[in-house]
Amino acid sequence: MINKRTSKALGLIALFAFLIVLPFTLKFHQQDFLIFLIINILVVVSYRLMTLTGEWSLIHVVLMGVGAYSSALLAKKLGLSFWLTMPLSGIICTLVAFLFSFPLFRMKQFYFLIGSFAAGEAIRLSWVYFKVPFGGPKGLRYIPSPKFTFPGLKEAIEIWEPIPYYFLTLTVVTLCLWILYRLENSRIGLTLHSIHWRDVLAESVGINIWRYKTLAFGVASFFVGIAGALLAHYLGTINPNQFAVGIMVYVLIWVIVGGTATFAGPIIGVTVLSIVNEWFRAFEIWRPLIYGCILIISIMFLPEGLESLPSKLRGVINRLLGKEEIEVNVPERMEKEEEVF
Amino acid sequence: MEVVFQTCVNALVASGFFALTAVGLVLIFGVMGIINFAHGELFMVGAYSVWYLYSISGWPFFLAVVGALVIVAVIGLLMERGLFRPMRNNPLGGLINSIGVLFILQVVAVKVGGLGLMKHVPPAFPGVVQIIEGVVLSKQRLVALIVSAVLLLFIWLFLTRTKLGWALRATAQDREAAALQGISINRISMLAMGLGAGVAGVAGALMAPLTRVQPYMGHSVIIAAFIVTIVGGLGSLSGAILAAVLYAFFHTFVTTYFGGIIATILGLLIMLVVLIIKPTGLMGTQTTE
Repeated sequence: MINKRTSKALGLIALFAFLIVLPFTLKFHQQDFLIFLIINILVVVSYRLMTLTGEWSLIHVVLMGVGAYSSALLAKKLGLSFWLTMPLSGIICTLVAFLFSFPLFRMKQFYFLIGSFAAGEAIRLSWVYFKVPFGGPKGLRYIPSPKFTFPGLKEAIEIWEPIPYYFLTLTVVTLCLWILYRLENSRIGLTLHSIHWRDVLAESVGINIWRYKTLAFGVASFFVGIAGALLAHYLGTINPNQFAVGIMVYVLIWVIVGGTATFAGPIIGVTVLSIVNEWFRAFEIWRPLIYGCILIISIMFLPEGLESLPSKLRGVINRLLGKEEIEVNVPERMEKEEEVF
Repeated sequence: MEVVFQTCVNALVASGFFALTAVGLVLIFGVMGIINFAHGELFMVGAYSVWYLYSISGWPFFLAVVGALVIVAVIGLLMERGLFRPMRNNPLGGLINSIGVLFILQVVAVKVGGLGLMKHVPPAFPGVVQIIEGVVLSKQRLVALIVSAVLLLFIWLFLTRTKLGWALRATAQDREAAALQGISINRISMLAMGLGAGVAGVAGALMAPLTRVQPYMGHSVIIAAFIVTIVGGLGSLSGAILAAVLYAFFHTFVTTYFGGIIATILGLLIMLVVLIIKPTGLMGTQTTE
């Protein structure tokens, strides 16, 4: 018998083999799509880290823009190499998030949601307003591609074609996901879960809620900044509309449709919905309507997301076969109960 | 000096329409605890209704406004019945449903009116009124101002002088206690949603001849409505009206002298400051918990 650990490892190896072969079998625009999908996976997974504490923000995509703008400006104005601007943009994002955490974490729930929306929109509008250095509504253009050198190589290789850029993105995102995964399963991650379940109880046993929320916000912002840098250097041009609240709503939809209880939930959500999105490419105008319907249907009928689909289906099949339901599905993240004092 | 007076007159008109959208948002939040992200789109549907009924079909202007009120109120009732009622114990779910509605209404507007073509709604009341030397107010704006003021007065009278209005306010204060007194929460929710949506529709209908009618016009409306409701205090009607007047003057003056984008940025920052210093807003009584 193969135990759970080995089967998991085998699954991961198979997945990576698939991901390495995949781009060579695809057409040009599909390779493009794959790169955006991988960047978006980093966006949703880092967003999920934020939601672990129970707060839903609307600033995440704007912070991705902060990463994109800072990496682009550092590369353009200071001529820094991509390998330096990418981590730097993550750090700048963390700093911006840290600055905004002071006002934002004085709020909870709705107020936090609207406050983060206001903060994000204010940042985004300042890109529109200040033509120097942000380029105004047209944004920044001619962002240099990453260059790759190693000793013994005469000329630096410029990474701008889809397939090399795909492997660059895949490597960076895989590394980030691994860190995020380890983080969630560490003591810090467990503490974040505890804040979501019972914030008052967590505080009473000596957990500094404010500090942990700021930590989650800062780490999530770092990784979304990296995602922004990856996007900026691939597209070569960015503008404020790419980080509008409408795009944030798509991120919310991906996360909610996928489900936030497990690490894989948002990844499933973004992958499935992006592929659906590709199918509806011919019906460009109808796309928001389809998204709106998917969103409403999933929140009404599948509130735990796509990740809960297999266990739900198993329940239905068991019922059809007349079997007694033995397995009780306990969600990993318990619903927050009403505090009674 | 004339510029200052002219800006004051413009701000007065803007405050009427800010107040109408914000009051709807406050009513819906107060009774159902749901922030309606599609509120700007209800405004947009109101403007489209006037465009269709008045400019295309040739109805009289006021009849078209009533038509817009009915259309948007019905959309509101459908939203309450189908989407918000099942989510009553899940405010985040309700909010997400309203985002879904936002997308759907935008696509419907694109399909009905087409994208890119500007919908021209000719003013129903051409001509201007001279207030003092050099300060003018177009009759269309005057009508918009009067109608919004009258409507706000009616809402206020309804909420403070009628039994149903008392029931609505009681529900907003404490849903369970209201239910124990025999108030039907379902009916009050439908009333609040119909009224809130209808008022947003009227605001859109009145503004249709004064602004560009296009599918994405709701975005700036919802930002303004958020700022007004937060500054006034979420759940406070008088606060919303006071904040609407204040913000309209602020926004109009900054727009006139420094430009529209900077006005919105400053408005958002003011809202953040209010959220930090006094989260209950100017007149709010609800706690942040």
